[in-house]
Amino acid sequence: MSNVYIARSTAIASRVLAGETMVMSVTDSTFFTLNDVATAIWHAADGVTPLTEIVTQNVCPEFEITPQEAFTDAEEFVRELATHGILQVSDQPMPDQDSVAGAA
Amino acid sequence: MSLMYEMNEKAFEHGVPLSVHLDVTYRCNERCVHCYLDHDDHGEMTTAEIKGILDQLAEAGTFFLTFSGGEVFLRRDFLDLVAYARKLLFNVKVKTNAVMIREREAQELRRLGVEQIQISVYSHRAEVHDAITKLPGSWARTTRAIRFLKEQGLSVTIANVLMNGNLDDHKGAQALAQELGVSYTLDPTVSPKMDGDHSILNLRVPGSYLPTVFHDTSLVGNVEEYCAAPSTPGEDVLNGIPCSAGHTSCYITPYADVFPCVQFPLPSGNLRQQKFLDIWRNSSHLEEVRSIRARDLTTCSGCGHVGTCSRCPGLAFMEGNMRGPSTADCEKSFYRTGIPSENMRQRGLTVPAPHALQQLVQIAPALA
Repeated sequence: MSNVYIARSTAIASRVLAGETMVMSVTDSTFFTLNDVATAIWHAADGVTPLTEIVTQNVCPEFEITPQEAFTDAEEFVRELATHGILQVSDQPMPDQDSVAGAA
Repeated sequence: MSLMYEMNEKAFEHGVPLSVHLDVTYRCNERCVHCYLDHDDHGEMTTAEIKGILDQLAEAGTFFLTFSGGEVFLRRDFLDLVAYARKLLFNVKVKTNAVMIREREAQELRRLGVEQIQISVYSHRAEVHDAITKLPGSWARTTRAIRFLKEQGLSVTIANVLMNGNLDDHKGAQALAQELGVSYTLDPTVSPKMDGDHSILNLRVPGSYLPTVFHDTSLVGNVEEYCAAPSTPGEDVLNGIPCSAGHTSCYITPYADVFPCVQFPLPSGNLRQQKFLDIWRNSSHLEEVRSIRARDLTTCSGCGHVGTCSRCPGLAFMEGNMRGPSTADCEKSFYRTGIPSENMRQRGLTVPAPHALQQLVQIAPALA
């Protein structure tokens, strides 16, 4: 799953509240709060950067965790958010899918 | 404890205006008999002004944004405003009478990602609904719009206001909601007009009817729990805040006035003269609202209902004292539990007085 591209859906509402990112699906009202690692992945989910690169460049150095740990967390996070349509996942870049300007 | 509750607590702790109710117009194509608004346009905000305010709200941390009115679709730029709000990633709810929603508007609301649409329907009978809205054919147009919205997969709630004119129809309206596949809420609150006129309070249902509503499982859930006698309020209750108004939520009028809540017309600043965060952080009126804890309430702090009452600080304010009781809510607490409120006891009443809300403050929001 790591060799995939992820993009924030446009069918979400999001805001940062006191350092914590809130995300809600506007299609099924599922509500999530993202921890620091998830927030870093969320902000980097532009549809054109591979997940592997996001993890190695945005997560590992920032949070001082091994790539293996980071990939495990990232895959779980991506899978759960994709289930609710909050993240879009593709094995091809999605240049038009980078969501709304000023995302969260 | 739910995630949403935790976020509300966090917003309270950090003074974030998590929810904002924004009326984009007071103009309306209906003339509902119980409406508290003046429908003339006294200089409502331009598209650019509203977009500027949305930018400020996003910066302030607002997440839940309710667009309401008046009738929002009377603004030709309404969908443009929704699109802008969604670009800023607000969770958007729209309150409308839906009379002007056809397939195209329903498709647009879906495409833009509106989370919920609340629509006023007062009866399952067209003649009763139309008599309340004073717009012939409104029931047919509104219910047709609900079908359009449902076809788009949107989340719709029918909001019904219980009053004298539709007293016998609330179960029928609930059945209509079920038939249409939408949620249903019923509110027996009729508020005084914003200009201080309280003549419309005569439309309130007789208090003696309220137990019928409060003992309806389909409306309140667990009746035994909902109607239980209140337990003695503890320190946590007395140190609690009366409601979220001014703490994590506020209201903005079409003329850019900021109030603590749509039902709490305490002028706190104007966005044509000040930035939102300036008002939110520094308004002396908002500071006063925020300083009030349940223990500070003049009568209610000694009332057994204080921890469970629906007491509205805005209605109390319109009775003359934001720290005082809201007699309409005293009435509800009494008819919910059978136990008189402290306010009633002090006035020597064993049952609420009819038309209890007599003294109202003249409210004059600053108009542009």
